[in-house]
Amino acid sequence: MVEIPQVIRAFGTTFLNMFKKPITEQYPEEKHLYPPKPRFHGRHQLNRYADGLEKCIGCELCAWACPADAIYVEGEENTDEERFSPGERFGKVYQINYLRCIMCGLCIEACPTRALTMTNEFELADDERGKLIYEKSDLLAPLLPGMAPAPHSMVEGFTDRDYYSGKVTGATPKQIEEAGN
Amino acid sequence: MTILANSNQPKSNDNDLITAVIDGIAVRVPKGTLAIRAAEMLGIEIPRFCDHPALSPVAACRMCLVEIEGMPKPQPSCAITLTEGMQVKTQNSSQVASSAQEGVMEFLLLNHPLDCPTCDKGGECPLQNQAMSNGRADSRFEGTKRNFQKAININAQVLLDRERCVSCARCTRFADEIAGDPSLELLERGAKQQVGVADDQPFESYYSGNTVQICPVGALTSAAYRFRARPFDLVSSESVCEHCASGCSLRTDSRRGKVLRRLAGDDSEVNEEWNCDKGRFAFRHLMQDRITTPLVREHGELRPASWPEAIRYAAEGLRNQRAAVLAGGRLTLEDAYAYSRFARVALGTNNVDFRNRTASSEEQDFLTNHVAGTGLGVTYQDLEDAQVVVVIGFEPEEESPIIMLRLRKAVRNKTLKVIAIDSANSLGFKKLNADLRLTKPGNESAAISELIKDLQDQNSIILVGERLASSHGAFSATVAVAEKVGARIGWVPRRAGERAAVDAGLLPNLLPAGRKVFEPRDREVVASAWGVSVEHIPTKPGLTQLEIISSAVQGEIDAIVTAGVDINDVANHAAFAAALNKTFVVSLENRASSVIEFADVVLPVGAITERAGTFVDWEGRLRTFDAVMQESLALTDARVLHLIAIELGHTFKDDAKVTSLRSSYSSLGAVSKPGTMNLVAASTTKTGLVLAGWHHLLDNGSLQAGEPHLAATARAVVAKVSSETAQANGLISGNRVIVRSKLGAITLPLEISEVAPETIWLPLNSEGSSVAMQLQIDIGAEVSVSDGGAI
Ligand code: SF4
Ligand code: SF4
Ligand code: SF4
Ligand code: SF4
Ligand code: FES
Repeated sequence: MVEIPQVIRAFGTTFLNMFKKPITEQYPEEKHLYPPKPRFHGRHQLNRYADGLEKCIGCELCAWACPADAIYVEGEENTDEERFSPGERFGKVYQINYLRCIMCGLCIEACPTRALTMTNEFELADDERGKLIYEKSDLLAPLLPGMAPAPHSMVEGFTDRDYYSGKVTGATPKQIEEAGN
Repeated sequence: MTILANSNQPKSNDNDLITAVIDGIAVRVPKGTLAIRAAEMLGIEIPRFCDHPALSPVAACRMCLVEIEGMPKPQPSCAITLTEGMQVKTQNSSQVASSAQEGVMEFLLLNHPLDCPTCDKGGECPLQNQAMSNGRADSRFEGTKRNFQKAININAQVLLDRERCVSCARCTRFADEIAGDPSLELLERGAKQQVGVADDQPFESYYSGNTVQICPVGALTSAAYRFRARPFDLVSSESVCEHCASGCSLRTDSRRGKVLRRLAGDDSEVNEEWNCDKGRFAFRHLMQDRITTPLVREHGELRPASWPEAIRYAAEGLRNQRAAVLAGGRLTLEDAYAYSRFARVALGTNNVDFRNRTASSEEQDFLTNHVAGTGLGVTYQDLEDAQVVVVIGFEPEEESPIIMLRLRKAVRNKTLKVIAIDSANSLGFKKLNADLRLTKPGNESAAISELIKDLQDQNSIILVGERLASSHGAFSATVAVAEKVGARIGWVPRRAGERAAVDAGLLPNLLPAGRKVFEPRDREVVASAWGVSVEHIPTKPGLTQLEIISSAVQGEIDAIVTAGVDINDVANHAAFAAALNKTFVVSLENRASSVIEFADVVLPVGAITERAGTFVDWEGRLRTFDAVMQESLALTDARVLHLIAIELGHTFKDDAKVTSLRSSYSSLGAVSKPGTMNLVAASTTKTGLVLAGWHHLLDNGSLQAGEPHLAATARAVVAKVSSETAQANGLISGNRVIVRSKLGAITLPLEISEVAPETIWLPLNSEGSSVAMQLQIDIGAEVSVSDGGAI
């Protein structure tokens, strides 16, 4: 039997593959698997109540739960002049370090106010370490119609309990005016 | 289990032991021991809220229920004293006890809000912990919880959340039994029961922060720490308070290199487990206005410089100059020791003084012979055990608040009588039930001489304060009386570093450890400890701070090294400024100060959290501490001085590290017996109206900067006179009074009070009443007054 030289055998493989359908992903130009499944653990989000006040109370329970020590929170007191969340306390500094986060979602389970949830956003690469520490401003949920950006007062006559039980449905004109100033 | 010396545990006495059985284990304890204490000794933990070893038992919370054989119902172990043969079963061995505790916990939680995520106590909360260890897994309560308005201020610093209170009465008992400021009370009954203060009267107490610390839930919180951190964020370090000579041990909690709160440390020999609000809340100065790089003056402007450049610059300015060292009263022992050595060896001078305050040569003589190098003298325990304590020129609550607590403890036990010789009455004296001998400043020595009849055959102690330096003959009279009646003397300075400065020899006639400049033998011992030849220790008499300032003004001093002194602390601050202006000034500072504008070189040193060291409290007790910020690269004063000394061509036996200075100092030993003080007679009594005063604990002191909540709890700033003085000078109570010296005036609201005759009392450094700055006189000086009209 005539021995086919190694070199030609190797080129044979190359030649055959020229007729196969390529499976290269053209990411990020084309996103075949996008969006991911709804339950996918992506970037976190800090949610708002329907009137735009923040849900986070700066309690640090998420930071406490985090096995990777990826979250840093500093709480602060709401005042009548500057209110970010219903109740006494809000999260003044909120950072998640995506170089540490393992996307386990334990923080989400720990959050007592449902302030913290995860989006499906998975594109969390960057070229600088500092950029991968997301600040509160990067994590806050976008303002939906009917919301006014905090700080502003609570809906008149409502307590933090009413917020928690979902009785607030949108910003009042007074809140919108306060937020505008 | 360690039992606190201060606890409500009786002292053991072998004849009085009884045997009881707890959970089947026999224990021999002194008669009168509480069941809960005996269980602690066995390592059995009974859940509790209201029980506190330093407070009297009240059995308010019922959490500590145990089963006791022969008693029909579970009993609170925190209030049951053991008797011979008593059989106690805790939750560990008794179903009755354990279900009783579960029941109590369920009741406690009925009205307890679900606040854990917002509550400061979360993570270090006895209620959380004991609900887990001794509570039911779930609640059967379906009603609505009681509601109160959320946090309300009981004073500017402390907030009360009544929903969270478990009515344990720890705070109210503390206020009543320990602090003696009983305006905190339990009000109402049943589910409405709450802690409260009268509407028009906040909880005014210099010790209010302790209630936050002992509250077993998050009902009491402090404005300064509210919402700042969680226990797991914090690195806790043992530390020592830098504010006064009480020497409290503290716990400093920091997060990412920032101090966030301080708590009283547990030291049964010193502060027991309390501290004052200044020590607890005034710590922002550690982080404020910090100087971060060396500065040198070039073309009249300070500019940043590198360390080598600044050290060289300082050394050149000091080389072969007539120099002096003004060291201030805030140094650690090691730093003070380094200044003492630097002055003698590197600058070749005895011109060194730490007394940036009223001082006298009589005081210096007293310090030299009765304080310097004497080691541990009169202690807190001695105060408690004494029959009579005399305080002279020293208001314990304002000037060393832990002494006040210890004295009050003994006064409450009815074992101690306090006599005070001072210019005015005060809340502190009243709380001590003091026999107050109102004395016009300057007349102290006569009043002191009269003490003999009070102290004869008594176990007595005389505490003298730094204010006595302004009264001629007072130290002499004190020493004479003490010798006659066998009383012991304790010197209580106001600042935390003054005792260390005396011990380190920061006085013109003193070397470290009570060694004297003029004793050849002492010079030799010190020289060998330093590793220098004895010729390096100058024998020429040195100058005091007052003399240094006046010599510098006259051009007889060329260079001054200062250690964080504030020129505004002294009456002659104008001359002080002129002196600094004329000389080459090397200033070792950690934050911007009044000296900086005159400094030619500013060398930044570490704040007290950034280095190890030792404070010496008024007792002479060494209060050694480690750096809180372990990773800090900041230098100590001692290291900076060492670098300058090397540049000047001097080396020592050691490397000026904290530990080597400490052992170098201790190698000198303590002086064996007091020296003989040169007793001076009192000068003739001043006629006319004179100034009296003291510093409020909370005032404009620079270490209290940046603490708005704390400042808001300071006492009212008023001038005080007796009604006779008011009448004689046409002053009207409730109006303003204008107090004038030759150089300035102070206008304050007037209060008629118990004040010595021909005396007007002012707070020395409070808002609107800075005596040194505005009047530029010392206490005891003559003033004139006039009515300043209605407020
Ligand atoms: S997802 Fe997991 S790792 Fe990431 S921040 Fe939350 S708890 Fe931490
Ligand atoms: S996100 Fe949730 S758990 Fe985290 S601090 Fe805010 S409220 Fe607390
Ligand atoms: S406020 Fe705290 S210390 Fe005071 S009674 Fe209530 S729970 Fe006890
Ligand atoms: S009593 Fe003195 S040492 Fe103690 S905390 Fe207060 S200021 Fe500090
Ligand atoms: S701890 Fe015994 S009743 Fe409160």
